[in-house]
Amino acid sequence: MRRKKVIAMILAGGQGTRLGRLTQNIAKPAVPFGGKYRIIDFTLSNCSNSGIDTVGILTQYKPFFLHSYVGIGSPWDLDRKDGGVFILPPYTHDAGGEWYKGTADAIFQNIEFIDGQDPVWIVILSGDHIYKMNYNRMLEYHEAKAADATLAVIEVPWEDTRRFGIMNTDASDRIIEFDEKPAKAKNNLASMGVYVFRWQYLKHYLIQDAKKHDSTHDFGRNILPDMIDNGKSVYAYRFKEYWRDVGTIQSFWEANMDLLTDRPELDLHDPSWRIYSVNPVRPPHYAGENSHISQSIISEGCQIFGQVTRCVVFPNVIVGEGAQVSDSILMPGVTVAPQARIQRAIVGPDSVVQQNAKIGGQGSITLIVDGTKIHSKGVTVG
Amino acid sequence: MKGLMGLINLYEDESAMGPLTGHRPLAALPYAGRYRLIDFTLSNLVNANVRTVGVLVRDKYRSLIDHLRSGKEWDLARKRDGLYILPPAHSSHEVLQGEVGNFMFNLDYIRASSEDYVIICGSRIICNLSIDQAFHYHLSVGADVTIIGSDWSDAARGLCLAVDDNGRVTSVNDSGEYLPSDLQPLGFYILSKSLMSELVQQCSSEFCSDIFVSGVIKNLLKLKVFVFRHIGYVAHIDSISSYYQHQMELLNPLVWQELFFRYGIIYTKVKDEAPAKYKEHAKVKNSLIANGCIVEGIVENSILSRSVIVEKGAVVRNSILAQNVRIRSEARLDQVLCDKDSVVSAGRCLNGSANCPFIVRKGAVL
Repeated sequence: MRRKKVIAMILAGGQGTRLGRLTQNIAKPAVPFGGKYRIIDFTLSNCSNSGIDTVGILTQYKPFFLHSYVGIGSPWDLDRKDGGVFILPPYTHDAGGEWYKGTADAIFQNIEFIDGQDPVWIVILSGDHIYKMNYNRMLEYHEAKAADATLAVIEVPWEDTRRFGIMNTDASDRIIEFDEKPAKAKNNLASMGVYVFRWQYLKHYLIQDAKKHDSTHDFGRNILPDMIDNGKSVYAYRFKEYWRDVGTIQSFWEANMDLLTDRPELDLHDPSWRIYSVNPVRPPHYAGENSHISQSIISEGCQIFGQVTRCVVFPNVIVGEGAQVSDSILMPGVTVAPQARIQRAIVGPDSVVQQNAKIGGQGSITLIVDGTKIHSKGVTVG
Repeated sequence: MKGLMGLINLYEDESAMGPLTGHRPLAALPYAGRYRLIDFTLSNLVNANVRTVGVLVRDKYRSLIDHLRSGKEWDLARKRDGLYILPPAHSSHEVLQGEVGNFMFNLDYIRASSEDYVIICGSRIICNLSIDQAFHYHLSVGADVTIIGSDWSDAARGLCLAVDDNGRVTSVNDSGEYLPSDLQPLGFYILSKSLMSELVQQCSSEFCSDIFVSGVIKNLLKLKVFVFRHIGYVAHIDSISSYYQHQMELLNPLVWQELFFRYGIIYTKVKDEAPAKYKEHAKVKNSLIANGCIVEGIVENSILSRSVIVEKGAVVRNSILAQNVRIRSEARLDQVLCDKDSVVSAGRCLNGSANCPFIVRKGAVL
């Protein structure tokens, strides 16, 4: 086997608890996003478009759908003879077996797999972020700085700094302090959860960390702060394009709505950096005689007879005559019956909103989970 | 169930298709916003569990091969069986015999496959058909040949079959006056592989060019030829106007539903386009819009294929725009067929008619 220069490991095992019932049945990376995608499509497509052809996906929470979705990786052109996509759930061995106890532990438990690939560099990614990024640029930066580790960072609004791991840097962008979710931030450079390491170097650190009983075995909390405290050269790579951690219902809804602006920061129509996905193969959608669709994205297989304003509409959705849907996300297979009204809502896959039913309104976003039936007098689940 | 293999014969009459088939075979003609004509036949085959499909190509087949590639999109990229492209033998000193010559040249391959039966198909008939029902019918009536036919319609041309009460073809009706019981063949017929190879060899030795006419129809007395009646939507693509008008029928949601979902879905090559985007001033009515489109203008009674852009102030009515077409601001189109990659410049006004839509050629900038 040829030696791999770089491989990627995607952390896709988290539950995404703050997404509430959106992740009650599936892992966060498998949550539908942007009218046809699943969240993990962005990271997988970034790997593929960056020419990284060996990708390990670490799964743990509710992995069944994610496993079948990723399959052998063909949609992302990752079905390779040499390399390709590897799904890596926790496993047992001579000494028993354990769940992945943290992000670093997940990589630690797969040292054998990574050594088998024998890469020079390893890119650690998160499977639940929305962005388009060429990881090669970051690798070049990492080499140019002769860094021990490089973290991608993005400027976030100051009021949001307490939600992120904040990097305090010197003038050369070397990180001098890692401030995890600070109450009072000194900087607004947030870690994007994208790390580059020389593999042999990281391996050494992971083995050391695994021996520490007080460690939570987490990159953000342990590995990187340790490296910085020990004076290692850890650099921040500034990413200036669109990036979102869709960690909450509100931010998930907002990131979907971002796609509806006149010129979205995240351009999904760019043929040079396509976002690949498992395509359902449905005919072009039909916009009916009395339909009115504006500032929306609509996917294949839909039939729209009513009014759709500022919506993200996934495949196979039907919006009946006289129905009004605004500022909402309709996931695959949703049926909105005639005269129903939906406002500021996320409607889960295969749900049915019956005639004259009303959901949503001002205030926080209404979430309707998979397969719910909503009639004009209330809700039945099933 | 005994095995059935599919043969898609692309020796088809393209003479009335004008510039649309100048650089591609009829089978590769774009259709319904994201498909090529051959997708319908191929999908009907795989939806009936046909696992071996040979495509007998004639000429200009680069775009077709690019579309089909390994056959993966139809689940036909297999270690055993799957999709085979069967090109004609090209010989500088031999007079080749068209369709029959190509069947002869590829007869070894056809014989070597493990199936006992073959269904010969074309690509010009657009329908959602149950080939497995037709095959069951073929076996249950003990036919030598089963032709898939549909009720006679005025729009149809070509042969018309007179059948008896049992469904057996008694004669070809070419009187110009048709009975309600007459059926038109849809270009699909099932027979055993051994009979097929017999008919091919007979046609070859008699220098006939059309296996269906010279092999099957001429032998109506000798062979038990039955018709399996397909009841449902059928579109014959044999001219520019039929190509245009039949696509327009898809704006009826009932036709859309039947053609794309009735016995199985229609597969095609996947292009990973983003969902279609409607901007603030978009006004779209009674239209089919494929993924990748960006609409800012007015679109009525039209079909927009993948990645079409209709700029602000442009008006597109009763038109079919193929992949990657760009309609610039303030352009106005009515009854226009735009082929792939063409551009209609700002302010241009193009008008055609239902029988003679205005055609913008592939890659043209008007």
